[in-house]
Amino acid sequence: MSKERIKISEDLYDIMPSDYQDLVKSATYGKEDRGWKDIGNSKELIEQHSLCAGCPESMAFRYILASLPNPEDTVMVGSTGCTSLVFPMVAVHNIHSLFGNQNAIASGLKRALSVRFPGRTKDVVVLAGDGATVDIGLDMTLQAWFRQEKFTTICFDNELYANTGGQESGLMQKGFVAKMAPVGKLFDKVRLPEIARESGCHYVVQCTVSKPSLIEKVVRNAVMISREIGPTYLQLYTPCILEIGKNSMEGLQEMRDSEKPTERFAYKEYVSEPAKQLLAEMAAKDKEKKAAAKQLASQGA
Amino acid sequence: MADTHSVIGTKNKKGQTFTDTWAMMNDAPRTPSFYTGSEVIKEALRRASCDVMIAYPITPQSEAAALIGELFAEGYIGDYFRGESEFAVMSQCAGAAFGGARVFTTTAGPGTMRAMENFPMWSGARLPIQMIVTCRGINSPLSIQPDTLEIAYLLNTGMLVWHAETAQDFFDWILKGYMVSEEPDVHLPLALCCDGFFVTHTKDVVNLTPADMCLPPYDPYRSPVPCMDMECPPVRMMRDPFVMKSNYISYATHASWQQEVWAAVERSRKHTIKWLNGLIETENTDAEILIVASGTAVSQGREAIRLLEDEGIRCGLVKVKVLRPWPGEEIREATKNAKHIIVPEFNVTGWLAKEIKATIPNSERVHAGPRVCGGMTMPPEIIVSEIKTLLGIHTVSMASRG
Ligand SMILES: Cc1ncc(C[n+]2csc(CCOP(=O)(O)OP(=O)(O)O)c2C)c(N)n1
Ligand code: SF4
Ligand SMILES: [Mg+2]
Repeated sequence: MSKERIKISEDLYDIMPSDYQDLVKSATYGKEDRGWKDIGNSKELIEQHSLCAGCPESMAFRYILASLPNPEDTVMVGSTGCTSLVFPMVAVHNIHSLFGNQNAIASGLKRALSVRFPGRTKDVVVLAGDGATVDIGLDMTLQAWFRQEKFTTICFDNELYANTGGQESGLMQKGFVAKMAPVGKLFDKVRLPEIARESGCHYVVQCTVSKPSLIEKVVRNAVMISREIGPTYLQLYTPCILEIGKNSMEGLQEMRDSEKPTERFAYKEYVSEPAKQLLAEMAAKDKEKKAAAKQLASQGA
Repeated sequence: MADTHSVIGTKNKKGQTFTDTWAMMNDAPRTPSFYTGSEVIKEALRRASCDVMIAYPITPQSEAAALIGELFAEGYIGDYFRGESEFAVMSQCAGAAFGGARVFTTTAGPGTMRAMENFPMWSGARLPIQMIVTCRGINSPLSIQPDTLEIAYLLNTGMLVWHAETAQDFFDWILKGYMVSEEPDVHLPLALCCDGFFVTHTKDVVNLTPADMCLPPYDPYRSPVPCMDMECPPVRMMRDPFVMKSNYISYATHASWQQEVWAAVERSRKHTIKWLNGLIETENTDAEILIVASGTAVSQGREAIRLLEDEGIRCGLVKVKVLRPWPGEEIREATKNAKHIIVPEFNVTGWLAKEIKATIPNSERVHAGPRVCGGMTMPPEIIVSEIKTLLGIHTVSMASRG
């Protein structure tokens, strides 16, 4: 059904850009079990990007877009920052308006889509930097959670304002010397995951983007729970290699080093009771489907 | 895709009939009703087929915003909630409009200023949101009194800006406003301003259209930009986002889009003239003395004209209804015979007088006043006395009356 909306008139086929033709031919809109393994065998929902070479944000974008359960009916909301360099090349509708207002935009958007398409799934996913989420936009981040708005908030935590050249942010580590923190940051990294839990999020995960399979799982869970129950929050470490003085090849190692059990990006998860129930139901359904498929396969054999 | 014309004559879930707006506003019977301005806003919204209204308390619009909540509870509005600040509310309105909803909100004074960053974004994103501005003071120390200074800040946002005089204007213009805003060659937000308290908190007879008729719904696909609902292809618009490029193509893109927004403001002119029967209204423009005003200063001007007539002094009137697009031609034409142009205003800087001076030849004819602010009323007598002073006629000063 999804491809119906993007198909090309035969007469115009040859004048469409090749990346659009590729989308129609092999993007995974509508594929029920889409995920990170489609990367490489299908057209991704991201074309080129103009992030720094090797920026982990680009990996994060690719894994997230490959994992959205329902991209054909998903609208994303971005903010100003390095992520806004990527969104113009993303093949789901996305909104950039101002810096820091992403959760307010998403609140209005989700409500409008619910009014206009009652009974149909329209997912809303916010993706913004740490400055946008935690500093300038904190009130709107939290208030959307207090109101139990049904969308997913994803924060690309690179622990600084990358796009304006590496200034101090609320998610920066204490003591880090940066622009506007000339003697080192004086207060602790803001504990947004805990705040998210207390603010009413039903699913909160903090992790790095070193493992695509993990990103697939948490993105799927976050979107499904926000669709059915209420707000969800993912805080993903996407180090700004430029500002912490790493080479293009070193992003992955930086994430691996920071996710060790004793480090600040050790995997952290919170799931509310209703969300646990939903995840259990989803798992049971998956199991049933797999069993049915197996039976079908054995019958066929 | 929805075709708005096909729903005309059918009923919504409240039993109201979707009615051709022109017929509803011009031909349908009207019922005189005695209402406050806030109640009039509610009655207009009842008939507006509004999808989403987002509210935040600030005097003097809180009552109207709460009354619209009642409409939501009754099922007339698709969704309604209180946002956390005006900045957030205006972004929430933007999100709802990006998602294809007909959106309504109200604010005033400090709320307008708090939200300001959103307004050029609204027009740049071509979101036909309607925002009622019930003007009040924005100065320090804190004031809740009527004062129209905030309108000056709205004039360069790329929004359409109208200034209502009466509750009747308000009722009609809320409904007509959507018709102008939502035209595909316009598709811009509208700031529909009035003078707080004077209009919102006073009762007046307003002729209402039938409550069982409502506007046709908004069709988000009659838009110059795609609606963000994934119902049409997610075309990747740019290889490189223009924000980061310091090159000619980037500059040219930003420049031409700003020009296009202002061209759309211009294109609203013909629709506005049709719906409001002109951007200005005039009386006796052959007189040598002319009062040019907007908002409730027009009503005070009318009273002053009556007082002057008693003394045998003839004075004409121009009511400026629309500030964006600016009725330059009309004002030039209407003021061409005037020797003295009096511009009474409810703000300290006299923004209307400045606009007029920049528009007409021999601008020394413009007398920027009387101006009151901070909640002061403008007794017609001060307009009279200012005019007499201009004419060299001695008057007793108002202050000496004790
Ligand atoms: C109102 C406003 N204030 C400041 C800015 C400048 N600004 C643009 S991007 C940015 C930093 C973004 O940081 P973050 O959200 O962490 O994203 P990153 O670039 O690190 O991915 C700032 C401060 C702006 N665009 N708008
Ligand atoms: S500045 Fe940092 S966060 Fe931005 S693209 Fe470059 S490496 Fe990535
Ligand atoms: Mg950052």
